[in-house]
Amino acid sequence: MTATTQQPEQTGWLGRSVTRKEDDRLIAGRGNYIEDVVLPNMLHMAILRSPYAHARIKGIDASAAQALPGVVAVVTGDLLAEHKLAWMPTMSGDTQAVLATDKVRFQGQEVACVVAEDRYAAHDALDLIEVDYEPLPPVVDPFRALEEGAPLIRDDKEGQTDNRIYHWEAGDGEATDRAFADADRVVEIDTHYPRSHPAPLECCGCVADVNPASGRATIYMTSQAPHAIRTVFALVTGLPEQNIQIISPDIGGGFGNKVPVYPGYVVATAASLLLGRPVKWIEDRTGNLISTGFARDFHMHGELALREDGTMLGLRVKMLSDQGYAYADAQPSKFKAGLFHMVTGSYDLPAAHVITDGAYTNKAPGGVAYRCSFRITEASFLVERLVNTAAYELGMDPAELRRRNFITADQFPYTSATGFVYDSGDYGPALDLALEKVGYRELREEQARLREEGKLLGIGIASMTEALGAGPSRDYDILGIKMFDSAELRVHPTGKAILKLGVRHQGQGHETTFAQIVAHELGIPPEDVLVHEGDTDNTPYGLGTYASRSTPTAGAAAAMVSRKLRDKARKIAAHLLEVAETDLEWDNDRFSVAGAPEKVSTIQDIAFAAYTNHPQGMEAGLEGVHYYDPPNLTFPFATYIVVVEVDADTGQWKPRTVVAVDDCGVRINPMIVEGQIMGGLTEGYAMSAMQQITFDEDGNCIGANFMDYLLPTAWETPHFDLYDTCTPSPHHPLGAKGVGESATVGSPAAFVNAVVDAVAHLGVRDIDMPVTSDRVWEAVRAARQDG
Amino acid sequence: MKRSITVTVNGQSRTAQVEARLLLVHFLREELGLRGAHVGCDTTSCGVCTVLLDGLPVKSCTMFAVQADARTITTVEGMVSNGRLHPVQQAFKDEHGLQCGFCTPAMMLVASALLEDNPDPSEEEIRWAISGNLCRCTGYQNIVKAVQAAAAAPDPAPAEQGSTT
Repeated sequence: MTATTQQPEQTGWLGRSVTRKEDDRLIAGRGNYIEDVVLPNMLHMAILRSPYAHARIKGIDASAAQALPGVVAVVTGDLLAEHKLAWMPTMSGDTQAVLATDKVRFQGQEVACVVAEDRYAAHDALDLIEVDYEPLPPVVDPFRALEEGAPLIRDDKEGQTDNRIYHWEAGDGEATDRAFADADRVVEIDTHYPRSHPAPLECCGCVADVNPASGRATIYMTSQAPHAIRTVFALVTGLPEQNIQIISPDIGGGFGNKVPVYPGYVVATAASLLLGRPVKWIEDRTGNLISTGFARDFHMHGELALREDGTMLGLRVKMLSDQGYAYADAQPSKFKAGLFHMVTGSYDLPAAHVITDGAYTNKAPGGVAYRCSFRITEASFLVERLVNTAAYELGMDPAELRRRNFITADQFPYTSATGFVYDSGDYGPALDLALEKVGYRELREEQARLREEGKLLGIGIASMTEALGAGPSRDYDILGIKMFDSAELRVHPTGKAILKLGVRHQGQGHETTFAQIVAHELGIPPEDVLVHEGDTDNTPYGLGTYASRSTPTAGAAAAMVSRKLRDKARKIAAHLLEVAETDLEWDNDRFSVAGAPEKVSTIQDIAFAAYTNHPQGMEAGLEGVHYYDPPNLTFPFATYIVVVEVDADTGQWKPRTVVAVDDCGVRINPMIVEGQIMGGLTEGYAMSAMQQITFDEDGNCIGANFMDYLLPTAWETPHFDLYDTCTPSPHHPLGAKGVGESATVGSPAAFVNAVVDAVAHLGVRDIDMPVTSDRVWEAVRAARQDG
Repeated sequence: MKRSITVTVNGQSRTAQVEARLLLVHFLREELGLRGAHVGCDTTSCGVCTVLLDGLPVKSCTMFAVQADARTITTVEGMVSNGRLHPVQQAFKDEHGLQCGFCTPAMMLVASALLEDNPDPSEEEIRWAISGNLCRCTGYQNIVKAVQAAAAAPDPAPAEQGSTT
């Protein structure tokens, strides 16, 4: 069996694995990351953090720190309060302290900052600041947080009388109740998607340079979304927006961690404003893990109603989100739990009801989209675990149960029970290809054979669908700013070009992929197209790079602006060749005259003429800008199959094979797409096997360094076998879909399903992530005792 | 109190007065302007600060500059010779062995040290050799491919010995 859908034949620059333009500087050690930004007369800032999860601040004595040689200033919350800067808005419209004034509300909260002549002096001074804390009872468990009598965490907020942040529902409760009443079987699962952290290898940081004479603030910042940050900064600081320039230099990984505004950025800017000198803040790793945007931490209960033959009738989900002390998801304002309501996944579910609540706890704020479209990762995990459980309960093969309930190719565009309109899909061929490549039937035979020998082999499947590319502006905004994106293209007289975009890459290869889009549309080869991002003074407005939205939005904008210029180029070519526009035919990089193919005008000829010999009455130049508001999200899909070997005596498990079949529509640069998929699979493995941040009963964070918060190395990380099918997006100008996060969204369930599958015959149905060896061992022990 | 150290960095002898507590990575980055070594974790876990000390990988965030006195250091800036990329650098580009690039200089130095010691490593030996260096972007597979490609690459043309410089 082979896939029915394949990549279109490579034409021009589309579908070509061009090596990356950005690599030349990066392999030479000549990247320009935030730590590399050095300005004359620059000061260094360090942050003092709270040792308590919940405490009242009775007083701060910074006199000894202030007196230390090299120290220029100590900034406290009280000082910021004088300038109305002690609190700032979060990306979800809540508030968050810049520096604590009344109370600290999580361990690691920012309490004071030292600004000094060098970084060593700044850190020395932190030890000399005396803070008088009165410890308060911490709220660590989100279920306890919502109980009557729980300590009120946000007593600073007027009208806030409990720890509930939101209650939000999607779908149709009554229809879902009816579906459950009609069901032969109901299966359920209770699971926690653990708190995780994106942990890019470069921590956050900034260099703030406010010129006291001009009032102009130039802020170099590790930001995935510099334009949105500029607007937020204008609102927070009161500086006029034209006086704020955010420059996001090379970024050493983001994964959602570098979307929000963090206190360090704001204090460094305030300090620069007050002191009239540039101030640099570079976060340390503990600061990064303990205080900046965490991800996940959803407690989920899912129920699936089925007929005995496996037909799915309805899905009911209850979810409680542990948000920390501020609701700080960077996500569309319309949806309180992000896109979690896409929990029906790849399945034709006639009815669904999703009930979500968010709770404050004494933990760091966040809820960032960690390689994820706004909580869609948690949704995908839940439904793919639930389907697996249903397969065991019905005695059906997990692949067969999936296939039986897939939305079929003829149902697209498909409106889901929770309101998503899936643009396209063809899930069966992707599943079939994955089964074929992994050798599914043989594996099931081997599994049975090994079980007789007392050995454990597990096969886990996840058939993921998700929604990428926020977004259509009618539904998607962050803090009211619509989620379109933009591209500006300037073709210079010599036929070389610069493409400026509102997004900001952090390793995704935009400098190459987007140059290929211009090359494909306009015939200017990629090496002649400079791609410029991350400088708000010199790029058009956009919402940034996260949630796999760049190719669906900015990539589309790049295609559209290229087409605009091609339209103008046609007019210039007609002038140069002295024919009517309608007599011209476009071929790759040139117009030729129909019937006289020797008469041509290349894009380079046209670019030169645009500045030297343009038609009278036409505006000179070959430049344009396009703001692209996508008509819909794009819906990539995949099937991931993981094969694991499990040692029943120790609970240790090891992936033996990982097969990934991804369908992200047309691939502009397949090499880069595959790189994204492998990175995503690794994060999926990491989540399933080791990554988690936990807290003890006092709210102390366990996981605030890389010795407690484990990331996979090359040694554990499995080998990946990648395949693809191609179902183009019907509305994206190039037929492309987002892809960066797909494997992170979809694969954790495949890993967990594989481990559970290895021990399912013992009666094990669930093991929480991360699936550590002690949890596996315990699950097997408990199952054997019960059995 | 400052101490005088002399370190051979990328073939050049460098003498400086440094504080005893100055970390090697800060010495390289801030005193010598060699920005290819990065800082990622402060606890010797992530390896993005790795440089070669007398040919062997060390994590320069947990070494003092004074400990490098009278020793030889190679950083990514020293991988290019006679204007030619090191085969490992070329292979990282050709095999898409990097994405954000933050771990890349360290990863390439470790790979080059491995190949000095073992010119034809197995996949397992490569994975073991780079297991002290984290990468969050690539999933390592293309890094392994790059090291294999570099191992298979023909030796670069010998440096022009004795040419006038």
